[in-house]
Amino acid sequence: MEIERRLLKKEALAGLVEKINAAGRKVHAPVCEGARVEFAPIDSIAEADLGYVQTTQSAKNLLFPRVERILSFKRRGGAMETADPDLSALPETVVLGMHPCDAAAIGSLGAIFTWDTQDAFFKARLEKLTVVGLSCAAGDEYCFCASVGLGPGSTEGSDILLTRLASGDFLAEIVTAKGKALVELAPELFLPAPAGADKDSALARIEKSFTREEAGERAKARFDDDALWDGQALRCLGCGACAYVCPTCACFDIQDEGTTSRGVRLRCWDSCGFPAFTIHTSGHNPREEQGARWRQRLMHKFSYMPERQDVFGCVGCGRCSRACPVDMNIKEHLIDLLEAKS
Amino acid sequence: MSDANVYKPSVMRIEKITEEAPGVKTFRLLFNDPEEGRRFSFKAGQFGEYSVFGEGECTFCIASSPTREGYIECTFRQAGRVTSALFELEEGDTIGFRGPYGNTFPIEEWKGKNLLFIAGGIALPPMRCLIWNCLDRRDWFRDVTILYGARTVADLVYKRELEEWAARPDVKIVTTVDPGGETPEWKGKVGFVPTVLEGMAPSSENTIAIVCGPPIMIKFTFIALDKAGFKPDAIFTTLENRMKCGIGKCGRCNVGPVFVCKDGPVFTYAQIKDLPAEY
Repeated sequence: MEIERRLLKKEALAGLVEKINAAGRKVHAPVCEGARVEFAPIDSIAEADLGYVQTTQSAKNLLFPRVERILSFKRRGGAMETADPDLSALPETVVLGMHPCDAAAIGSLGAIFTWDTQDAFFKARLEKLTVVGLSCAAGDEYCFCASVGLGPGSTEGSDILLTRLASGDFLAEIVTAKGKALVELAPELFLPAPAGADKDSALARIEKSFTREEAGERAKARFDDDALWDGQALRCLGCGACAYVCPTCACFDIQDEGTTSRGVRLRCWDSCGFPAFTIHTSGHNPREEQGARWRQRLMHKFSYMPERQDVFGCVGCGRCSRACPVDMNIKEHLIDLLEAKS
Repeated sequence: MSDANVYKPSVMRIEKITEEAPGVKTFRLLFNDPEEGRRFSFKAGQFGEYSVFGEGECTFCIASSPTREGYIECTFRQAGRVTSALFELEEGDTIGFRGPYGNTFPIEEWKGKNLLFIAGGIALPPMRCLIWNCLDRRDWFRDVTILYGARTVADLVYKRELEEWAARPDVKIVTTVDPGGETPEWKGKVGFVPTVLEGMAPSSENTIAIVCGPPIMIKFTFIALDKAGFKPDAIFTTLENRMKCGIGKCGRCNVGPVFVCKDGPVFTYAQIKDLPAEY
């Protein structure tokens, strides 16, 4: 559908949250938690911090929980009975104030969970999620959305995208039918947009250092350059923080909890950066060195995903670089990769 | 829920347990729900996720032939948490099974050709499915040769079937054990699989070679087959990357742009040569 533009007065945001809550939907928004900002459920807009640059964790937990029950089982008499989780009980949820990088990441996550076999868990959560994005008024040195085909005002993945104008009011771009349905909860709050509402001047300036296509091609061309990958990964601890904060990383493990008579089967976040990720029972490990695991991370996001799922696996949010305990910086490593001699 | 839970296993009953070698067992499995059993079908090369509820899932090929209907078999070595739990089970116990997953050996395309099966150690099970499938369609093929090696005589699996194949006039079988793994009674060869293969001087003429084994064996067997004149697209293998989901989501078996669980596990040597050596 064509994007519709409306004006949401700054004081109207509180009313919007009330209306959404009153409609029985949960609202998640960035909330200041000491030194960090994280997505959390809110009851009123006063709890939200919309001036944040980046949350430490992405909001992927809402679609792909850190730990998710995929089965429960119980022995009854001699027979084992299994049961599916009740996905119909999931609440309708609105995430408010998610930046464009995170909104775009939903498409990358979705590509993994629906590219072939359909993952009912992801789809059920996505169906119940409405994204009210918030354009970025400021970035930091870790942000590189402009280098991965996005920008501080991209509408991709948002059902409604808000941009805070110089006046403090919000320009609301209604992007999807879901966004339109949300407007219907409080149509009186969405005023006609003034003709001169200038979105671009309200956006952060994010430098474009490269294109994601050239990063992917270069990574592929440098695949056998062990010195490059090993050099970049020399300080990597293999801690997996990058994957956990990443809004598109979807690798998971499946583990059982309970006893052999009664328990649950869980899907848990995992990381290709962990040595145990690929190790065979025999002890043989196809990706023995951390350099090979780091290469896998970049290749998967910039080469394999575009090739197989027609999407890129990086949205330039910079979380991995901010979270890395040894200061590996993905943007700088990509620039080095592009500059490496062939 | 509109889509089915793709991670939900069928419940299967262990009908029969065979001890193959120290630490190695074969389970014959029947679906608890006979209707599920009737609907189930698979082809040679495919695998499944087998689970002990409360312990977890693990990945093995289906080791029985699709031509033997009504049950499936898996053969596994006791090694980790799940296989150790499986090892403790008895006939009549139930386990979980999801599958079949993955691609298949293109048996129909091999009609009129000679088949050379080369397997090492615990990698005979995926090959056994294929061998029985081909022997049950014996008139489709010309010469059938099997080379099977293990570390020691005790480690050879499917001993009764090895004898059965040896007794057939339409199968040539060579068994070997690694140097030092022989017993005084051992009548087969002594030597590593690739070396024994070179000694056999197999003809590549109109022949398909299928190789299953540990990565190191596969690597040197490819070299031996290459020397013998086998074209890369006439050599097949199954990759055994670690897997969890089996359906191209969890990321574990991703090698280059390929998901071993979706695009494999069956690959030709020609395909493998194009992949990063991460298998």
